[in-house]
Amino acid sequence: MIYAGRIHHNKRHYIDWWLMAFILLLMSFGLVVLFSAGGWVLVKKQIIRLALGLVVMLLLAQVKPEKLAGLTPWLYVLTILLLLAVFFFGYESKGATRWIKIGIRFQPSELAKLVIPLMIAWFYRYRILPPDLKSIGISLLILLIPVFLIFKQPDLGTSILVAVSGLFVLFLAGLSWKYILGGLVTLVSAAPIMWLFFMKEYQKQRVLTFLNPTQDSLGSGWNIIQSEIAIGSGGLLGKGWQNGSQTQLDFLPEHSTDFILSVLSEEFGLLGVTILLLLYIAIILRGLYIASQAKDTFNRLIAGALTLTFFVYLFINAGMISGLLPVVGVPLPLVSYGGTSIITLMAGFGMIMSVYNHRKLLKS
Amino acid sequence: MSGKQIKNAQQETRVFQSRIVASILIIFLLIGIIFVRYFYLQVIQHQSLLANSEHNRIKTTAIPPARGFIYDRNGRLLVENIPTYRLQMIPEKVDDIKQSLNELKQLVHLTDDDIKELIKKQSLNRPFKPFIVKNKLNEKELSSFMVRKHKYPGFKAVPYLIRHYKYTDILAHVVGYVGRINDKDLKRLDKKRYKGSEYTGKLGLERFHENQLHGFPGSLTVETNAQGRVLKTIEKIPPVSGQDLTLTIDIDLQKTAYDALGELTGSAIAINPKNGEVLAMVSKPGFDPNDFVNGISHKKYNQLINSNQKPLFNRSLRGGYEPGSTIKPYMALAGLYYRVINLNYSMFSKGYFQLDNQARKYHDWKRGGHGLIDIKQSLVQSVNTFYYQLAVLLGIDRIHEFLKPFKFGELSQIDLLAEKRGLLPSRQWKRAAKGKMWFPGETVITGIGQGFLVTTPIQLATSLTILANKGIYIKPHLIKTENPELTKLPFDIPESYWDVVHQGMIGVIHDKKGTARSIKNNNYLTAGKSGTSQVYGKKEEDVYNKNLETPLRLRNHALFIAFAPADDPKIAVVVVAEHGASGSKTAAPIAGKIIDKYLNEILIQ
Repeated sequence: MIYAGRIHHNKRHYIDWWLMAFILLLMSFGLVVLFSAGGWVLVKKQIIRLALGLVVMLLLAQVKPEKLAGLTPWLYVLTILLLLAVFFFGYESKGATRWIKIGIRFQPSELAKLVIPLMIAWFYRYRILPPDLKSIGISLLILLIPVFLIFKQPDLGTSILVAVSGLFVLFLAGLSWKYILGGLVTLVSAAPIMWLFFMKEYQKQRVLTFLNPTQDSLGSGWNIIQSEIAIGSGGLLGKGWQNGSQTQLDFLPEHSTDFILSVLSEEFGLLGVTILLLLYIAIILRGLYIASQAKDTFNRLIAGALTLTFFVYLFINAGMISGLLPVVGVPLPLVSYGGTSIITLMAGFGMIMSVYNHRKLLKS
Repeated sequence: MSGKQIKNAQQETRVFQSRIVASILIIFLLIGIIFVRYFYLQVIQHQSLLANSEHNRIKTTAIPPARGFIYDRNGRLLVENIPTYRLQMIPEKVDDIKQSLNELKQLVHLTDDDIKELIKKQSLNRPFKPFIVKNKLNEKELSSFMVRKHKYPGFKAVPYLIRHYKYTDILAHVVGYVGRINDKDLKRLDKKRYKGSEYTGKLGLERFHENQLHGFPGSLTVETNAQGRVLKTIEKIPPVSGQDLTLTIDIDLQKTAYDALGELTGSAIAINPKNGEVLAMVSKPGFDPNDFVNGISHKKYNQLINSNQKPLFNRSLRGGYEPGSTIKPYMALAGLYYRVINLNYSMFSKGYFQLDNQARKYHDWKRGGHGLIDIKQSLVQSVNTFYYQLAVLLGIDRIHEFLKPFKFGELSQIDLLAEKRGLLPSRQWKRAAKGKMWFPGETVITGIGQGFLVTTPIQLATSLTILANKGIYIKPHLIKTENPELTKLPFDIPESYWDVVHQGMIGVIHDKKGTARSIKNNNYLTAGKSGTSQVYGKKEEDVYNKNLETPLRLRNHALFIAFAPADDPKIAVVVVAEHGASGSKTAAPIAGKIIDKYLNEILIQ
């Protein structure tokens, strides 16, 4: 059967054209907005990163999931070691230590976003599902070590993304609703404890600002207020490309990176936002479809979890810049200017494509 | 396989599919919330937020005032603002910052270290905020950049006004300098008044008279289009320039004083005793204040800090020296005032002085002594034994009481910050500071200006003006004032007492036995007194060793105080020549040159 499968496999092309098409459309839309926000220089640099991301995606699409599963525990150990290395020898910049230098500057927390869901999926790949209490405990341990290390850097945004990527695996593995509700209740009641003992001053400030932006309208509340003005003043159809005064007059902060959706909203209006959301929905639905077609537990869990994590990026970013959520520094996936998240996200899509490419082994 | 149980593939798939369906539902719900939020902002709130964004097109920027100029007493320009250019970049508009900087190296002087530092600093700057690459481009740098600027998108040469000090080392310790406003400055400055300003006075007159020099900012309110291009000016309030300062310093005399010190370090101060105007005030070595305006490089700063000549140290205000024999005229006056001696008093100098019941000998500088000495000759020949005895007769309490109004151990209150207080010792001081009682031997050496006494050059100069004025104190100052306040000493000293002391000081220069007769000038009478200030850590027997072979750092400091013309003082001069060894041989000629320049050249023109 395996032999037959391999022949079958060789005949296939290794690209999921649907996913590829949606991603390319999203990227193009993103570049158009980026041109308005940051000019040709940023667009050029971004194109290089996106191209690199596409290469990474296509390369990973060729790797057999079995091979990836075999490597997973080693990748997990490596990730933990790198995070510890950051903890002890990392580079500090702007009050956070997130980088280490191995030839190039490298941010191990990005690797964690991929490896943690892989590890939990690997852990469950032969186990009886839905997960029992003991296995839930072990997988939470697998999850919390890296999340804690990233949280301590401090990098709240990334630690949330890593945490949810792992939790999604558990959810997809069939974690009982009872536990899910219990977890949510615990989380809500733990919030005051987090506030008192674990959160850094600037993190608290962000939450306070979120709750009442006008209180500090010239300080950190400024960003949110200006972002809401940008979004709202765009109206239904927007002010037109390169005509967003909030963006062009520099009222909008970080308008190439975290706040690029505000630029899009200002210049293309609710229409532009709707188109963007539809593109994301298309990518997410395609990802979930691939997950549902996967051949085994490991494959479906990683495809599903990575897709859902992609959605979380979108939700947090779109929520934070419009004042629905506190500002935690999560980029708009594949649109925000900036290197590392693009490569990680595209690597994730590479794995999803690989799942699709190798889907029919069991059925045939 | 882990399997005691066998995986139920079908059931597992069913659970998974249901979870996928649940996910899709949740996702649609959350995206729905996002959509509703954007709909709320973009449709329902649209009008009011659009109005907000329109309001954002009106931009008010501060126009910083031009800083006041500084002139000398004759209206010669000392400090000005000159237009110059700086190179700046907007990081997000530059393709490859490192490469661009490395290419610019050929047009603008930048070292590899500079570039490294710039790249490091730049990463902390926000990408859309202009970032200064290099201040104060010279003409060649500016023109070679302007010709090729199209090759460097994101870089721009921007004009600005820079503070320029025409006189550097000569005047540095008087005018000080301005520097970039830092966080510490922001705490003490009025933020509103400094909107748009980059510089503030950091030291010297620039700091002390910041309030006059700075002026008040104006503002420009404009309406722009969405791209930031100015459509129309709504309101323009012009800035009010800072006031100019006219100093009491005569820059020619300042130069003379600086040059007269030659290779020596030290201080020279000239004051008009009639009105307290400081005519010259030099602390040598100086430094170039222009280096500090745009932030001094680490290398240059370390050079200044580590130089053992301490060029940043303002000796005039902060250098502490024993007054040495320059105290003698004041001691003679004290003796007369407290009637421990009278005008006809004389004593026999046998070469040494001893306290009752003590073996220790306090020596004259002349072996074998000076013979019979009256008050005048005690000053002319600087007879130590005369003053040992006088001090003992007076006692430390009366010495303290008498010298204090002459501003010994007090601040001169000149209009500069960071003046250091000298020390006029007393019993109470010694008990408080050292926890010990006062010993008679300490009174003895106080009589010749040694022991615990510490003065600064500006304090010595202040005391000297009171002596020259026969008891009238005027606060020394650097900015011209119409009617300076006169203060009389709290006690009356008869004219005849002043006269005998002045006669003694004239004799120092004009008597054939005078210690400083080499500086005699036939056009006018000069009254003066030399002094030697011990260098800390020397043995007692070395104090009078005036041998110039001694290593420089162990040589005594040379002091000279003088005023002229003696009968109608127009200038009072204090010179402290560090390690000059001899007050009369080293310091006196310096004072002589300053007085000569002022009386024979400047006043005659």
